[in-house]
Amino acid sequence: MKKQRPVTFNHNPLLEKGLPAWRARAVLLGLLACSVALVGRALYLQAFKTEFLQAKGESRYARIIEVPATRGRITDRHGDMLAVSTPVRSIWALPSDVRLSPADARKLAALLDTDVHELNGRLGSARDFVYLKRQVAPAVAQQVAALGLPGIHQQQEYRRYYPGGEVVAHMLGFTGVDDRGQEGVELAFNALLTGQPGSRRVIRDRRGQIVEDVESIRPPRDGGDLVLAIDSKVQYLAYSALTQAMTAHKAKAGAVVVLDARSGELLALVNAPTYNPNNRANLSGAQLRNRVLTDVFEPGSTMKPFIAALALERGKVQAGTVIDTTPGRLTIGRATISDAHRHGLLTVAEVIQKSSNVGIVKMALSFPPEEMWRLFHELGFGAPLDLGFPGEAGGRVRPARSWRPVEQATMSYGHGISVSLIQMAHAYLAFARDGELLPLSLTRLEGAPARGRRVFSAETARQMRAMLELAAGPGGTAPRAQIPGYRVAGKTGTAHKLENGRYTNKYVSSFVGLAPASDPRLIVAVMIDEPSAGQHYGGAVAAPVFAQITEGALRALGVAPDAPLAPLQVARTPVRSEAPQEQM
Amino acid sequence: MIRADAFLVALVVVSALGVVAAQHQSRKLFSELEREQTRAHGLEIEWGQLQLEQSTWAAHARVEKIARERMGMRAPAPGQIIAVEGAR
Repeated sequence: MKKQRPVTFNHNPLLEKGLPAWRARAVLLGLLACSVALVGRALYLQAFKTEFLQAKGESRYARIIEVPATRGRITDRHGDMLAVSTPVRSIWALPSDVRLSPADARKLAALLDTDVHELNGRLGSARDFVYLKRQVAPAVAQQVAALGLPGIHQQQEYRRYYPGGEVVAHMLGFTGVDDRGQEGVELAFNALLTGQPGSRRVIRDRRGQIVEDVESIRPPRDGGDLVLAIDSKVQYLAYSALTQAMTAHKAKAGAVVVLDARSGELLALVNAPTYNPNNRANLSGAQLRNRVLTDVFEPGSTMKPFIAALALERGKVQAGTVIDTTPGRLTIGRATISDAHRHGLLTVAEVIQKSSNVGIVKMALSFPPEEMWRLFHELGFGAPLDLGFPGEAGGRVRPARSWRPVEQATMSYGHGISVSLIQMAHAYLAFARDGELLPLSLTRLEGAPARGRRVFSAETARQMRAMLELAAGPGGTAPRAQIPGYRVAGKTGTAHKLENGRYTNKYVSSFVGLAPASDPRLIVAVMIDEPSAGQHYGGAVAAPVFAQITEGALRALGVAPDAPLAPLQVARTPVRSEAPQEQM
Repeated sequence: MIRADAFLVALVVVSALGVVAAQHQSRKLFSELEREQTRAHGLEIEWGQLQLEQSTWAAHARVEKIARERMGMRAPAPGQIIAVEGAR
């Protein structure tokens, strides 16, 4: 082993040389410059760029997430569900991220109920976001998620379900794929029903779990629930009675509206043909039409009682005043107005009971046109009722100045004037409520109804109710409107349909009635369009529908009978289809 | 002087640990809250679905069909109804 020289570091001969002093200073200066640069940079970042950098940093862990809000429910007046939103999922993809093996593609296509070609077509598109399928049931969505495919994502959405199906379809309307109302009440009350999704800022950990709630930017607001005035029992009664009548009379269309005479609430609104709002593939315009609210028709004789009431009100006639209707024809200018039967001498009450055109025209022509126009206007004809329902029709009542005498005459029995069924039902409120008209309500009223507007005196309204009761009685046009246990009052209408400016031999049969006649609780208006199974008179086609609905509805509402039973049972034998069943 | 410093340092350390513990606690509670809110939302949805199901079962058409066909019920004949006048 070689022996080492004992040389310490400090005494290393290499260091003996001594370095120039400037070198040490240069190094020191260099280091100083570096640290100045560092401090300067730190100062720059800290003082000038701090906000930008903090935002950048936060974006790495903080997220703003949306808090979904649900659309409000719609219920009937007793709380039965009519429309509910439940969550579904939409499957979407970022085509650039998707790498599918053929087997995966087949599985996905099978789950989504499409074929592989279409799926690949969508995924091959140049867009950077495509929906593969919207509104998928949660169970299916879970299976899709379980496949764990890259680039395929899901998003929660809501879908609207209507448990009532076709029974309440026209009243409710429906929502689109984006959960916004498109028709009916869903559209009318969209602002109330729509929820406001909220958002909040959160901190997520590495696994994507939320670990801290930083702040709530906007709290979610669920849509409000809507309570309609509809009584689903009455609605169902009306629906089944109308559909039965539609089949029996091979009619093209029909509509029924039921009003609560005490509050002006809309208890039922049915249209036929109808549709299933839960499955809206292959919808036709005829199915979607709301004939109660958005369609107008020439009402026919249901208009007559208003003219008679005006004549009573102005003191032109009394209920017992005799009017000569012989020979059952009346010529005005070049037009001739005729009655279906010859009646001879009739009292005013009998004119209504027998529905004599000549009789009512004679009463109508005793007024100046302006007075009749004012009556129509006060009854709400010619302008929408403003229920808030989308597309409400106002009907057509031309200004009185342009009326020719023959037009004034035809209007008195409901031709040359068009109204919607709900306007007709609304106007009959005047008879039901002792001369007072109420605004109608689609929703259940919580307090007392708004104050009414007087159109006729109470005495006139009472006299008219008596006449209408005669019309719905044994000698009237609509004995088949009678129901056991209750007194009913009402008027038939049978109008020729106007096509291309000419009256055809197609008819609209209608009936508007009140029950019970002693203290009216319900107004039921029925309209059947083009009955073509032989019968077309309102008394034969529409009145039995009225009877069927009213009987069930009065019983459902628990209204006490106001008529003795025995004579009525005799009076009505051939009416009801289930009569054989009841004779067990 | 040194003793006071040591005391303050100890105090700072304890408080720092407290902050950590509190933060941890708050995150734990928050995730629990989150879970419960998710559960509440889920229950809400289930309630909606049950209401849907209930109204499907209680549909008037279905009730009428069962009452008429399976149970042989019928609307009472006019003479069979006795109206009871309630005290109003």
